[in-house]
Amino acid sequence: MTTSTEQTDKQFELLLGKLLRAGVVLAVAIVLAGGLLYLVQYHGQAPQYGIFRGQPTDIRFASDVLRDALSGGGRGLIQLGLLLLIVTPIARVAFSVIEFTIKRDWLYVATTVVVLAVLIYGLGSR
Amino acid sequence: MIVLGSFFAGLLGSLTGLGGGVVIVPFLTLLFHVDIRYAVGASLVSVIATSSGAAAAYLREGYTNMRVGMFLEVATSIGALSGAYLATRIPTAAIAILFGLVLLYSAWTSIRPEADLSASQAPDHLAGLLKLDGSYPTPEGRSDYHVRHVPGGFGLMYSAGVLSGLLGIGSGAVKVLAMDRVMRIPFKVSTTTSNFMIGVTAAASAGIYLRRGYIDPGLAMPVMLGVAAGALIGARILPGAPVRTLRIVFGVAIATIAVEMIYKGIGGKI
Repeated sequence: MTTSTEQTDKQFELLLGKLLRAGVVLAVAIVLAGGLLYLVQYHGQAPQYGIFRGQPTDIRFASDVLRDALSGGGRGLIQLGLLLLIVTPIARVAFSVIEFTIKRDWLYVATTVVVLAVLIYGLGSR
Repeated sequence: MIVLGSFFAGLLGSLTGLGGGVVIVPFLTLLFHVDIRYAVGASLVSVIATSSGAAAAYLREGYTNMRVGMFLEVATSIGALSGAYLATRIPTAAIAILFGLVLLYSAWTSIRPEADLSASQAPDHLAGLLKLDGSYPTPEGRSDYHVRHVPGGFGLMYSAGVLSGLLGIGSGAVKVLAMDRVMRIPFKVSTTTSNFMIGVTAAASAGIYLRRGYIDPGLAMPVMLGVAAGALIGARILPGAPVRTLRIVFGVAIATIAVEMIYKGIGGKI
């Protein structure tokens, strides 16, 4: 490996690191805001997590999460933050696909595309 | 209470390198009697937060081998999907028992002394084709290493993915086993690359948990915030911490939790 590709590798690593950190910081901030709102809205109700019910379907899907968050629901805002957190590593893989395409490293374009497909399938299937 | 407990889970997880997930699930199920599926959902989200947060620092220091990570993510992400599907098909008691066994293994890796097996390896043909060989910083400058036994490592990574999707943990212990012991990658590179992969592995199954409604906002919120804060502080105080002692104490503690998980699982109380 030549020095110049090692340098672009290094720059790319730093970029990915920044992307991951930004995603986590933003997600934590949204969850924190949603959490405060949630505590105000649901004050005094003891949660029942010993009995498994599953969540109401309206907070399971991305579009519903977004609508709920925008309408000022604390639960929706928390879900939005959690969704953003799940999307952060997926965005990292998407960036890698672009980076390897620029480098014409087709073996790793294929590798990262497979991982990206698996992740999107996971987010979209039941 | 949950925030405080999650904070300590994140703190211990980052100090010992095992991640917060192995503590969060037993903590929620044994102490708060939370259904194990909710606990796994909440744990998965916090695992993504800690691994992505720590990955930024490791990438900057230049330990992480991105190509190894991305290649093996094929195995872990497919494994994680399998694990998430299995989670609805096997009884919670079986999940608890399996969790206990994985905890016992993690306790053992925590107590066992670290041995670097990577010294002076011949190049491996397949690893060369996949451009997996790399170098990492040492006190004497960057040191080159060769990666070996790619198929074995890949297979073990699939199992790590299944455990992650089924139990809501990063399964860092199994990932490090695959890279350090099987593929003969230097220990420090194995642990940081494992951390790099954990976010993607957990994201693969977290999507499924979210769609199934296993991630409750009211529970995931305090857990995620507590673990993230704990991991952040853990990373700050790590350089001066008595890591060896902590690992032994932590190892004994999770071995105890493991026995309780298995006992409750066999008794059908989870």
